[in-house]
Amino acid sequence: MRVVIAEDLALLRDGLIRLLEAFQFEVVEAVDNGPSLLRALTTHRPDVAVVDVRLPPTFTDEGLRAALEARKEIPGLPVLVLSQHVEQLYARELLSDSSGGIGYLLKDRVSDVSQFVDAVRRVAGGGTALDPDVVAQLLTRRAREEPLQTLTPREREVLGLMAEGRSNAAIAGKLFITEKAISKHTNNIFSKLNLQPAEGDNRRVLAVLAYLNT
Amino acid sequence: MNDRDDSGAPEGLIYRWFLSGVRGLVQVVLSQAVNIPLFVLSVVSFALIPIGVGVFLLPPVLLALRALANQQRAWSAAWSGVAIPVPYRPEPPSSANPFRRLKWLLTDPATWRDVLWTLVNVPVGLLLGLLPAALVVYGVEGVLVAPWVAMIADYGWGPFWPLSEWGAVGIVGSIVGGVALTAAGLQLGPRLLRAHALFNRSLLSPTRTALEQRVQELTETRSETVDASAAELRRIERDLHDGAQARLVALSMNIGLAEQLMKFDPEAAQKLLVEAREASGTALTELRDLVRGIHPPVLAERGLDGGVRALALSLPLPVDVEIDLPGRPEAPVESAAYFAVAEMLANIAKHSGAQRAWIDIHHANGALKMIVGDDGLGGADLDAGSGMRGIERRLAAFDGTMVVTSPQGGPTVVTMELPCALSSPRTLPSSGTD
Repeated sequence: MRVVIAEDLALLRDGLIRLLEAFQFEVVEAVDNGPSLLRALTTHRPDVAVVDVRLPPTFTDEGLRAALEARKEIPGLPVLVLSQHVEQLYARELLSDSSGGIGYLLKDRVSDVSQFVDAVRRVAGGGTALDPDVVAQLLTRRAREEPLQTLTPREREVLGLMAEGRSNAAIAGKLFITEKAISKHTNNIFSKLNLQPAEGDNRRVLAVLAYLNT
Repeated sequence: MNDRDDSGAPEGLIYRWFLSGVRGLVQVVLSQAVNIPLFVLSVVSFALIPIGVGVFLLPPVLLALRALANQQRAWSAAWSGVAIPVPYRPEPPSSANPFRRLKWLLTDPATWRDVLWTLVNVPVGLLLGLLPAALVVYGVEGVLVAPWVAMIADYGWGPFWPLSEWGAVGIVGSIVGGVALTAAGLQLGPRLLRAHALFNRSLLSPTRTALEQRVQELTETRSETVDASAAELRRIERDLHDGAQARLVALSMNIGLAEQLMKFDPEAAQKLLVEAREASGTALTELRDLVRGIHPPVLAERGLDGGVRALALSLPLPVDVEIDLPGRPEAPVESAAYFAVAEMLANIAKHSGAQRAWIDIHHANGALKMIVGDDGLGGADLDAGSGMRGIERRLAAFDGTMVVTSPQGGPTVVTMELPCALSSPRTLPSSGTD
């Protein structure tokens, strides 16, 4: 799988390259600023990009903007954005084109290597990987509203994991219950939230995120 | 006031005289019926301070006196074009305490000048207020009344008393004198009123120049700012010392231990490493929160616009955000503005019980105007917590102001203004939060 990495701190950039190569990713280019990221993404068209939000030359949200720009040119280009802090504002912008292949994680999550690699693969496959912090913020924001109040604690737990972008199988594994039980929970969630039932893990995630994001 | 514009015409003259006569009479009534009781009350209240009653009695009396003085300032400007600035020192935040309140009033030189004015205005107000009307009335009497009444009764006018003793000289004298006095009264009326306004200015305007007052204000806000930032630095130091720093020490201990255990107890070593990873995660979370408190990354990346939108999204209630800024203010101003809005939003989430909130931020007349409102319970009190006062101080460091209206039952609206210029426009990606 071909990856482009954008990270301005050499220490972290080398760490990411080493980590991803250890899991059989092919790092086609690693850049350290916004303009070269945009160029790398449009010329290499990688299977997935791992991008730091804050990059030179402005040290603001250069990386995020380059990634959004590239996705305008190459719709659905899978991008996993890493940051020292997560903002709902940025999550919205990333998810706004609702074409999938988006990840948005805190940099700390890299330390859980297998989870991180799983997230990269999920995003490369057109899936979603949203940081638990973002999901928690989304849920708190809507927590007062009626539809969410009617969910059981277990259903809320499943909703949270679903919003992070995990598949039924992954949620089942994490909660130590069967996949069948999970699909029962997800059906309940969809009817309680008044959402159209959607086929496939990824489309379901997008439906849930669209609901939480409004 | 058009009474000063239509000069020349006789109707204008009479109209202006009439106005000054009526206004003068108002001053006469006030100078006797209000000034005397207020002066007596303030002296008595002051005398009662030693036995305690005065502590509570004097402030309302002095404030009533200020109201009277402010009315005089307004009239002086409106009636005679004599502007008298208000000289009082701003009320300190701790003025709920009666002794602080008393000290605030008594240490202000303007208070003492007010009291002096109250006494001196008793004769001065009487004289200058009465003259415009009296001159004309007496003059007209000399022409229209005195000569005829003198024929049937013992009567006189001015120096001709009784008039009958002076014969024709008296009658002519009375009429000529009366005409002269009336003419003088008509001309002098507005000037006498202006003389009273000038007298008021001599006692009711600030003694210190505006520049001195500004220096005083700046000295106060500067020391508050220095205090606040010193306290902030201490807090950051403590947070780092007890938080991230301590965790990194524990972390390196765990890693060192794991290194030792690796050879003969790999399982225990692995457990320590898992612990170490968790500790590093906690340290990072703490650092992240700390950074957010110093300078939120989203503010650095997106400016006030993005920063406030991000704040609004984190609130557990819907917030309508209206921001129209063609550029970015200086970083310190931007930061002060951000934290002011953040504090107001935190208050809304914590105390207001609101269903909706709204934010309006724009730049007009050289100032950043920020309005934060909610449909909650109202009754927000500036002094209830240190938060609002802290924000007020932080804004004051940039000559900013804050006005809170929050009646019981709501709604609460906080209006903040920060004088500043905006930097050249910078293109931001559309944030799509609407």
